[in-house]
Amino acid sequence: MKPGHGEVLLAEGDVAVAEEEERLVEEFRHQLDEGMWAAVPTSPGGGRREAVMVKTFDEVPRDAERVIFFPRAAGGA
Amino acid sequence: MVLALTATGLVIVALLWDLVLPPAKEAWERHRARRAIVPVDAYDPGRERRAEQRARALLRSCVSDEEWAMYRDLGFIRVWGRLASGPGRGRGGLGGALAGDASAYGAPYAYLVYPHKPVVAYLPQTRRLLSEYCVEFPDETRPYGSARLPDSDDVLAKWMALTGDERRLIETANMHLPGRQIDPRQVRRDLWRLSQWERERLRRAQRAPGSVPAP
Repeated sequence: MKPGHGEVLLAEGDVAVAEEEERLVEEFRHQLDEGMWAAVPTSPGGGRREAVMVKTFDEVPRDAERVIFFPRAAGGA
Repeated sequence: MVLALTATGLVIVALLWDLVLPPAKEAWERHRARRAIVPVDAYDPGRERRAEQRARALLRSCVSDEEWAMYRDLGFIRVWGRLASGPGRGRGGLGGALAGDASAYGAPYAYLVYPHKPVVAYLPQTRRLLSEYCVEFPDETRPYGSARLPDSDDVLAKWMALTGDERRLIETANMHLPGRQIDPRQVRRDLWRLSQWERERLRRAQRAPGSVPAP
């Protein structure tokens, strides 16, 4: 998520392919270094949806379709 | 005689020079500053609208059908709280509005998530407002123009942070008593609208047995 732009595709690839996974890991780290938070939307069942916050690439479920990065939260006025 | 006049003239010019030069330099600098081309991120309503459309599509793909319909119809999303001690700060339990109210501990609570407004915590059973959590998602780098996320992205960010790590979001936010930014009457009206909306949705689902309400 980028202010003024909405959704922006940063990288895509298959984690089963070593080169692509490496690229995804690199982008993941880059986003976190930029101060972004990362979340993976999931469907735990029963029609419910929720997000899982991840801090490392290893925490991303292998079958996750996407990881969404958004600016870190800060206390507002 | 000519020499004396010339000398006097030079002295006058030298004296005036000190007086005239600084304002003249300042005027020239101001003129240059006015003429300089400053790169400005001009507001582009088309870009903002396209961003909001993408944000709505993203939000819809992440939240449940019910939550999406709620946002589409009412303009906010309800997220159920999951902390055993209720929203609040650390071990403090329920927020300021209920400090010392032991009967409220452990009661089911929920949040109303509005775009670019504080998250409002409340008790659904009594519609009692607990607190406002002021939180924003500022872009530190800001290379893309607007410093604000599109409305639907703001809602999605709050939704992800609340469902993914409620405690972290609540501890990051600035907590205030209800009514600081959002009029409690408006929140109560929204809660009433939500109850009517849910009733109507249930009625529609019962009217068509076996069918699921359309998103």
